[in-house]
Amino acid sequence: MTRPDAVYILGVGLTPVGEHWQTSLRSLALQAIQKAMGEVPSLRPGALYVANMLAPALSGQAHLGSLLSDFAGLRGIEAVTVEAAGASGGLALRQAFLALAAGAHDVVLVVGAEKITDQVGPGLDSALMASGDSDYEGAHGLTPTALAALRMRRYLHESGAPADALSGFSRAAHAHAVANPNALFRKEITGEDYRNAPMISEPVNLYDAAPVADGAAALLLARGAAVRGEHPRPVQVLGVGVATSPVALHELRDPLELSAARLSAERAYETAGVTPDAIGFFEPHDTFTIYAALAVEAAGFAARGQGWKMASEGRIALDGPLPMMTFGGSKARGDSGGATGVYQLAEAALQLQRRADGNQVLEPRLGLTQCLGGTGGTAVTTVLAGA
Amino acid sequence: MEIPRHWRLKSQRYALVGEVCPHCQVKIFPPRDVCPDCGREARETFQFSGRGEVYSYTTVYEPPAGFEENAPYTVALVKLEEGPLVTAQLTDLDDHGVEIGLPVEMVTRKLRSDGDRGVLVYGYKFRPVLSAN
Repeated sequence: MTRPDAVYILGVGLTPVGEHWQTSLRSLALQAIQKAMGEVPSLRPGALYVANMLAPALSGQAHLGSLLSDFAGLRGIEAVTVEAAGASGGLALRQAFLALAAGAHDVVLVVGAEKITDQVGPGLDSALMASGDSDYEGAHGLTPTALAALRMRRYLHESGAPADALSGFSRAAHAHAVANPNALFRKEITGEDYRNAPMISEPVNLYDAAPVADGAAALLLARGAAVRGEHPRPVQVLGVGVATSPVALHELRDPLELSAARLSAERAYETAGVTPDAIGFFEPHDTFTIYAALAVEAAGFAARGQGWKMASEGRIALDGPLPMMTFGGSKARGDSGGATGVYQLAEAALQLQRRADGNQVLEPRLGLTQCLGGTGGTAVTTVLAGA
Repeated sequence: MEIPRHWRLKSQRYALVGEVCPHCQVKIFPPRDVCPDCGREARETFQFSGRGEVYSYTTVYEPPAGFEENAPYTVALVKLEEGPLVTAQLTDLDDHGVEIGLPVEMVTRKLRSDGDRGVLVYGYKFRPVLSAN
């Protein structure tokens, strides 16, 4: 039961997140594209939105709109790469939404693809630092991990929360990933594991930081009026909000507030005509546990300095009041840079399509996804509903 | 490493030169020409004192490319006494403990080098304030 002018996610395609040394970027993207398109055989996309942040730096390859549309057998269609660091995936969906809502296209494809594991160590870190302020953060040797650590230390200092306050986000992510065949890590971790974990960049420990690996995720979307033929249950995109804030952590009025995340959530809620209590589950940007805690606060689920309690009080389990990282999140499913935002949307769509299998949230209400670029300089929040 | 880019940044890197907004008086670092507070034009240069305190800090053990020589190094968000936060490495720590609130002062140090024949990039770091005792 689709409304003619509304925007729907129909087909979903995911590859496992991992070290796919035998698979190139274009082949990985094709796998996800073929799965998504294969679920909706009657509809051919008129446009392709590619979410990617690292291909130029790590693979020497830019111009992915042209490359992937042709490689996917969609030669000639409109295609473009959308980049906003880790928010690329959500932003690609935003472009798709706008095109469909405006009636410029009836059917479009979104693909997030990232090839990260061809390079390791210092080269990868340098590429990731381009998401921050190159002249005033990168030039001083600030990696994404160090930036997260600066925030986490200050957050624990100001909130008075215990040293292991954020462990619940990591534990929930790992617990949920056990049932996800596409997840990188499928083993549970305990509070004890977290407390004994080695420090990476104090206070960020090994279990505070998400692993980065290759992955591709794709979505086939259509305007309601164009939906026909065989397709999975439509998932309506009720609202997408995008906001920015300074690219450098030191330029924020309040370094402990994800202001762009908050603004983007407010915009998405307003478009969708809902408030936070209508949300049934949340896929946040959990590349570091501190971001998950701050995201909870920014999305309106907890007051400032209280976000950590959502996890420590066990409220984010699959059968809890606000399930989070339902397929493992960046922490356990794995983070794929610009593709992560599309993974979040694909997973949320699977929930609302009742196709989440072992990861299924029973009776899911509205889904909320949110991805961030860098330390939060771009935020894209999306509200989804099962049709 | 782009030589002109580093050359353009030298008054910020060596002397912590920023701006003051002539309309709302807010001190701005790094300089950006549009005041982040009132949104109006702010091109008047302002020389920061270099004094501040640690707002937060962490130690980097796995350095990105170009920073291996210095690792492990401690980085911080430093709240300058005139208001802005700046991101920088801490230096001359020896056995000095670091804590939020530690008074620090700016010094000029080598930030990175790009191999034997590469550019040497210098810039600000912060050290615990030396006392007379």
